[in-house]
Amino acid sequence: MMILVAIGLPLVAVIPILLADDFPNLREGISLATGLIVLTLIVQIYGAVSAGEMPTVDVIEMLPGLSITFAIDPLGMLFAGIASFLWIVTTIYAIGYMRGHHEENQTRFYACFAIAIGSAIGVAFAGNMLTLFVFYEILTISTFPLVTHHGTEKAKKAGRTYLGILLGTSIGLQLFAILWTWVATGTLDFREGGILEGNIQGPMVGILLALYVYGIGKAALMPFHRWLPAAMVAPTPVSALLHAVAVVKAGVFTVVKVVVYIFGVDFLADQSSSDWLLYMAGFTVVVASVIAMRQDNLKRRLAYSTISQLSYVIIAAAILSPISIVGAAMHIAAHAFGKITLFFAAGSILVASHKTNVSQLDGIGRRMPWTMVAFAIGALSMIGLPPTAGFISKWYILQGALDRDLMFAVAVIIGSTLLNAAYFLPIVYAAFFRAEASLSHSTHPATGSHDDAGHHHAVDHGEAPVAIVIALCITAGMTIALFFFPDVPLGLAQDLMGGWK
Amino acid sequence: MIAQHLPILQVIVPLMAAPVCLILKRGDLCWAWATLVTWCSLVISVILLLGVLDGGTISYEIGDWAAPWGIEYRVDLLSAFVLTIVSAIGSVTAPYMARSVAKEVPEERHYLFYLMYLLCFAGLLGIAITGDAFNLFVFLEISSLSSYVLISLGKDRRALTASLRYLIMGTLGATFYIIGVGMMYMMTGTLNLADLAILIPEVADTRTILAALAFLTVGLCLKLALFPLHLWLPNAYTYAPSTVTVFLASTATKVAIYALIRVYFTVFGQVEIVDTAAIELIWTVLAVVGMFVGSIIAIYQSNIKRMLAYSSVAQVGYIILGLSFVSTTGVAAGIVHVFNHALMKGALFMAMGCIFYSIGSSQLKDMAGLGKKMPFTMAAFIGGGLSLIGVPLTVGFVSKWYLIQAALDEGMWFIAVLILASSLLAVIYIWRVVEVAYFSPSAPGTDAAVCEAPLSMLVPMWILVAGSVYFGVDATTTMDIALDAADFLLGGQP
Repeated sequence: MMILVAIGLPLVAVIPILLADDFPNLREGISLATGLIVLTLIVQIYGAVSAGEMPTVDVIEMLPGLSITFAIDPLGMLFAGIASFLWIVTTIYAIGYMRGHHEENQTRFYACFAIAIGSAIGVAFAGNMLTLFVFYEILTISTFPLVTHHGTEKAKKAGRTYLGILLGTSIGLQLFAILWTWVATGTLDFREGGILEGNIQGPMVGILLALYVYGIGKAALMPFHRWLPAAMVAPTPVSALLHAVAVVKAGVFTVVKVVVYIFGVDFLADQSSSDWLLYMAGFTVVVASVIAMRQDNLKRRLAYSTISQLSYVIIAAAILSPISIVGAAMHIAAHAFGKITLFFAAGSILVASHKTNVSQLDGIGRRMPWTMVAFAIGALSMIGLPPTAGFISKWYILQGALDRDLMFAVAVIIGSTLLNAAYFLPIVYAAFFRAEASLSHSTHPATGSHDDAGHHHAVDHGEAPVAIVIALCITAGMTIALFFFPDVPLGLAQDLMGGWK
Repeated sequence: MIAQHLPILQVIVPLMAAPVCLILKRGDLCWAWATLVTWCSLVISVILLLGVLDGGTISYEIGDWAAPWGIEYRVDLLSAFVLTIVSAIGSVTAPYMARSVAKEVPEERHYLFYLMYLLCFAGLLGIAITGDAFNLFVFLEISSLSSYVLISLGKDRRALTASLRYLIMGTLGATFYIIGVGMMYMMTGTLNLADLAILIPEVADTRTILAALAFLTVGLCLKLALFPLHLWLPNAYTYAPSTVTVFLASTATKVAIYALIRVYFTVFGQVEIVDTAAIELIWTVLAVVGMFVGSIIAIYQSNIKRMLAYSSVAQVGYIILGLSFVSTTGVAAGIVHVFNHALMKGALFMAMGCIFYSIGSSQLKDMAGLGKKMPFTMAAFIGGGLSLIGVPLTVGFVSKWYLIQAALDEGMWFIAVLILASSLLAVIYIWRVVEVAYFSPSAPGTDAAVCEAPLSMLVPMWILVAGSVYFGVDATTTMDIALDAADFLLGGQP
């Protein structure tokens, strides 16, 4: 029951949000209240899960023999917890951002946001592949209006890329993989140890794995990654929550689910035809990092960083050792908090100073100390340095790679750490230690995004609105807190491992 | 007493009710009458469907003349299902008609419109219920002739040429059909479908029967608009009055498909020639080519009604593809898609009808900014569109699921890939509309007073959208019927 409410409430909340079109305070109040109730429910469900239960609900038989089912496993618990917690924080942030930046169509924004979160929780709690696919698709469609929010030609083009790649991969490849699984095994349930063992073998395993992994376009494995940078035209809260947490994490979450519960870790480890995944993920990590270095637009740089970080999770899953799967789960949590902080900071800079490019950020740390300190913490977590959450997940992934003697994985992780440092640390350095350019116009490149248009450039600006600062301090604080107190997510991640050990 | 005569009442009620419109003469009275009659027919169909589900096939001999000499009406699961689809779509469309017809058809012709609608409705029901090959031809002609008139009532003068073209193609189709029936009669001496099924195998190897099958196939494929015999369809759907498009798109081609299923799985159900690879291959190839050609042409249309018409050509391809697998899953996928497509295409054409009602155009460029001005209509359009794409929780997903499953069961990987690829084409043509309606500002100079269509049009439209979601979330009812019907057909029972 609680499960259904947790998924249904955000979806139902759309109606009062739409009705409260003319009352912004009420509308955002509803969003916040819904978020709080959902979080409370999820905390209660966590109580049950941590006591070793596996709550399951059958909702309806959709096709003969196939039901919409919810079943909560530790990994889903972790993802749902992160998504619902960060929804609240992001709503606080969005109130500051959307008002501070005078965005239009705010009601549509909050409504689609609520649907997106509801479906992300649906993905997290899905009890079989069909249910997961259903919510996966709702998530895609409900986020489309958020990407094209501005309605400009550029936004529409980005929306086309976004929808084209995500729907194309999910219908073209993932649905095919699901049907193949269904025809081969007669079930789509998530089972410990997988359902495919004994039903398919040889090179078919590798092909099916490819259909799944590339079909899950939200995981942004190259070459199906282009939607993510394209989605950066969206307002920053969207980029922050959806394209650093809910949507992309739904992608890698699904990958981990498929590897663990559809294929089974032991089964995959025996199949040489699935080895390619590790190499493709490694390739994505390195190439995305290199591309990120060359991006001047801050949000695009963050987007490519996200692509690279998502493939960490895929690498962790592809290493196929229990300890690396723990690392994968941890990295979902760690990257969520770190990257949302970075996006919050980027949006904060945009609202306060209307700057979008890395090259404009000299000396901004003195004007916006809170923002830039939070940014620095997020950056450390991306690189994987203590005392941030990113260190823990990287530690586990490395350990898994060493366990299985996969030197390629080790090399990728170490190499990309250096690359991450190379594209994040200069920003932090410039923000705090370089002198501010005296005339903003001389440094301002002509290629400003649409966000610049129509705004008066505030040369003399201070910190962003207080709602924004609160939000980004919370997430930055969480990034550090996760390093010192990783018990809850780590416990869940280890339960996931313990489940099939 | 009455319950026993339901099969004949199903047809005779709308048939006899039609001329009454001549007496009533006033448009609004005729509308009320047509609506009432349609609703009665729905009640009869539902009772028949429940009866068949409960007690198996119902046979009714007209005038107590025993079959094969007399005309037999035979209601099995498939015909009951099709009857219910036709009368349900009619019942939802009827309330919608009032305002739409008032806007699009000259007032002095309103009574003619409703008269022709009732005739067409009776004809379609007749095709689905009759167990007699010649009787089927009669109803085929009744429904066709009345639909030519209905199409020509469109405001645009091009409706006349569209109607003429349909008349020529449709007459060709009907003639081919009757030639085929004649040949079968020549060889077997019977017109009863069930009787034919028993007698055909003995003479199946003759060239006459082969020719008969060819004539029947081409004739019916003209009516159901299988690629490349679809040429009459786009213009007819585009220029017909909106409600006519809604009604014909959801029922007429579907009933022709039903007739094809009867010919192939009942009459020729016991015969080897149907199972030979060549015929199956022809079906598969034409269906797949139709899916792609229809969808690709749809992408390039600027008139959205025409775009949806081409999409119908593609959707007919899906249905035929399902049938071409000749497996329970495949045939069931085809049958269920008859229903599912009726729901979603009905909703989409209704949305276009609402748009035409409000802005007087169905051109894409005139739809800019409609998302704000007509929120309910455009939301329904998206609902229908998502179903066309095959997004989960809509009926389109259910059809696609079974279609692909059938292809995989047969080991036809390639076909499964093609089905998925063609459904991605639907994303393109639906999203063009969404982009313009929601993310383009309305052009300057357009009427700012454009507002939502009247409630009597919105409610039927939303009933269809709700239906396409309901039967997409819980597809067990429809799938059970379709699977049972497919089993029954493939079991070879007449």
